[in-house]
Amino acid sequence: MTYAPEVRERLETDAKEIIGRYPRPRSALLPLLHLVQSVDGYVSDDGQEFCAEMLGLSKAEVVGVATFYTMYKRRPAGDYNVGVCINTLCAVMGGDQIWAELSEHVGVGHDETTPDGKITLERLECNAACDFAPVMMVNWEFFDNQTPESAKQLADDLRAGKEVAPTRGPGRLCTFREASRVLAGFPDGLAADGPSAAGPSLEGLKIARANGWEAPKAEGSEK
Amino acid sequence: MTTLTPVLTDNWDVAGSFTLDGYGEYEAAKKALGMDPDAVIQAVKDSGLRGRGGAGFPTGMKWGFIPQGDGKAHYLVVNADESEPGTCKDIPLMMANPHSLVEGVIISSYAIRANHAFIYIRGEVLHVIRRVQAAVREAYEKGYLGTDIFGSGYDLDLVVHSGAGAYICGEETALLDSLEGYRGQPRLKPPFPAVAGLYASPTVVNNVESIASVPSIIANGADWFAGMGTEKSKGFGIFSLSGHVTRPGQYEAPLGITLRELLDMAGGIREGHELKFWTPGGSSTPIFTAEHLDVPLDFESVGAKGSMLGTRALQIFDETTCVVRAVLRWTEFYAHESCGKCTPCREGTYWLKQVLKRLEKGQGSEEDLATITDIADNILGRSFCALGDGATSPIHSSVKHFRDEYLKHFEIGGCPFDPAASTVWGSK
Ligand SMILES: Cc1cc2nc3c(=O)[nH]c(=O)nc-3n(C[C@H](O)[C@H](O)[C@H](O)COP(=O)(O)O)c2cc1C
Ligand code: SF4
Ligand code: FES
Repeated sequence: MTYAPEVRERLETDAKEIIGRYPRPRSALLPLLHLVQSVDGYVSDDGQEFCAEMLGLSKAEVVGVATFYTMYKRRPAGDYNVGVCINTLCAVMGGDQIWAELSEHVGVGHDETTPDGKITLERLECNAACDFAPVMMVNWEFFDNQTPESAKQLADDLRAGKEVAPTRGPGRLCTFREASRVLAGFPDGLAADGPSAAGPSLEGLKIARANGWEAPKAEGSEK
Repeated sequence: MTTLTPVLTDNWDVAGSFTLDGYGEYEAAKKALGMDPDAVIQAVKDSGLRGRGGAGFPTGMKWGFIPQGDGKAHYLVVNADESEPGTCKDIPLMMANPHSLVEGVIISSYAIRANHAFIYIRGEVLHVIRRVQAAVREAYEKGYLGTDIFGSGYDLDLVVHSGAGAYICGEETALLDSLEGYRGQPRLKPPFPAVAGLYASPTVVNNVESIASVPSIIANGADWFAGMGTEKSKGFGIFSLSGHVTRPGQYEAPLGITLRELLDMAGGIREGHELKFWTPGGSSTPIFTAEHLDVPLDFESVGAKGSMLGTRALQIFDETTCVVRAVLRWTEFYAHESCGKCTPCREGTYWLKQVLKRLEKGQGSEEDLATITDIADNILGRSFCALGDGATSPIHSSVKHFRDEYLKHFEIGGCPFDPAASTVWGSK
């Protein structure tokens, strides 16, 4: 299989824009692989060939890089990449139980996709949201403070095509392909959605405000 | 009593804090671009700012290593890979206040005479990436990035680059390889990035929080910054409390605050439970126990007690948590994330995992404790990069503080803890 001409044309235009951001073309490889995922849903053979061609690399060089990084899917993935953090803090706070129940509920294991092509399940390492434990990510959006029940409900809603919203993020969840395009450096206009900060992110600030605590004023304060 | 000092977190409760309207007009950058670049470096040196990415290297000194007048391109690379287990400060910072980072990038790049800067963000945080992309775009539209910034004649391009899932890419030289489009594996040092970094050119790699702190130093003065914190650990930092605390979250305070003080603010350990162990700065820093509640959280004091301040990632575990389980899980993480370049780390983390699994199931023996200590001894100091060293921290510290708990596992032939009791819902 090779890309249809119009797909190929758009890919090339986007690829050239990405390459143009960097002092040296090869730096564009990671974003180009995200771009390929935004079209194919995974790093396809064609996609890797395409990257190699655009950057003047051998395909082996591209494959060598693509296989190093966990975000690049080796096989066609679901519309929704559903991850459960199972690093220590989240695992202890309930992530292990969420994983066990969710995996059984959905009927697939780590890096496996449901037969309807909707969900790929994944065990995740710490996603820098430990103060919201236990944490899940869907298409790399935050789903904070989960329980086994909320996790199963989330999976059901996704499979039923219902709209679900991340806890800190846009009002609408985008697909894995759409998310990959943002990662490639093509904004989707949703940056202003969602709160500035939420929940635990604001705990310290709330306490400071309640107590009238501030950073010292600068001498001859300019701020 | 130490109180909180919101600076970087100060606008997080403002709607639209992530836009220029919610942030302000880049007054600090304007001021900096009117200064001599060396004076900017001197101000950061005088402030005493030390790297917020874990190692605490003095930021101004690092900038001073960049050779001047060498005719080469210079680069600033912001390390926004935040993946050390427990560390969760840069992500909310970039989500709520990305302009503090962008303004910091302008000032820092100007100081080191770089015309091209990069923010390397871990790829798994979509909305954070959106916010940083949008902030950069807004800054370009305002003329704060691009050519002839503030009419100063200074040009700067800033690229937001998404990673693709690899903890090792937080190690600064692995990050540079990754940014050049290779597998993210660490490079031999020296040469250090200041001499041969990105594209073999002089490069500064700094953590998000380090760079985001720079505008406040320029705006308020080095003395203002140095007036906070302790003698050798100056200024403020974001402390991230997670786990079995009543109100987990981000607490911005002067360095030197204690966990006891932070816990008081955070409502203490969750109701009905008590502190068992904690990490002062992520999983790569040796664990502490209740006996360390009053250790000032600055680089020197934490170091003197046998751990490291790291990233101020305070992961708190109460008495329901099995230490062996926690250490096994961290070890699985290191084994998974080991880049495979050097033998002690690649093989050592694998074997640690095997033996710990046996121990956790209660099928180990006292000899296994000697074995894991031994393996860790062979990784520590013999690995190519600090990931390997970090992997030994939970092992050594847990055997030191909780030897009996390891023994208990094989005495009773299993784990003495009920994992359900440590869950969020288990406490109810
Ligand atoms: C395995 C490993 C992972 C790291 N991850 C990060 C990271 O995610 N963010 C970061 O700023 N520093 C990280 N570091 C530290 C960097 O190598 C480097 O010291 C830091 O970015 C320098 O910035 P600073 O001086 O501003 O702290 C990591 C180091 C190692 C060994
Ligand atoms: S210590 Fe581990 S992560 Fe670092 S170079 Fe060696 S194998 Fe790679
Ligand atoms: S351990 Fe799950 S987000 Fe950090």
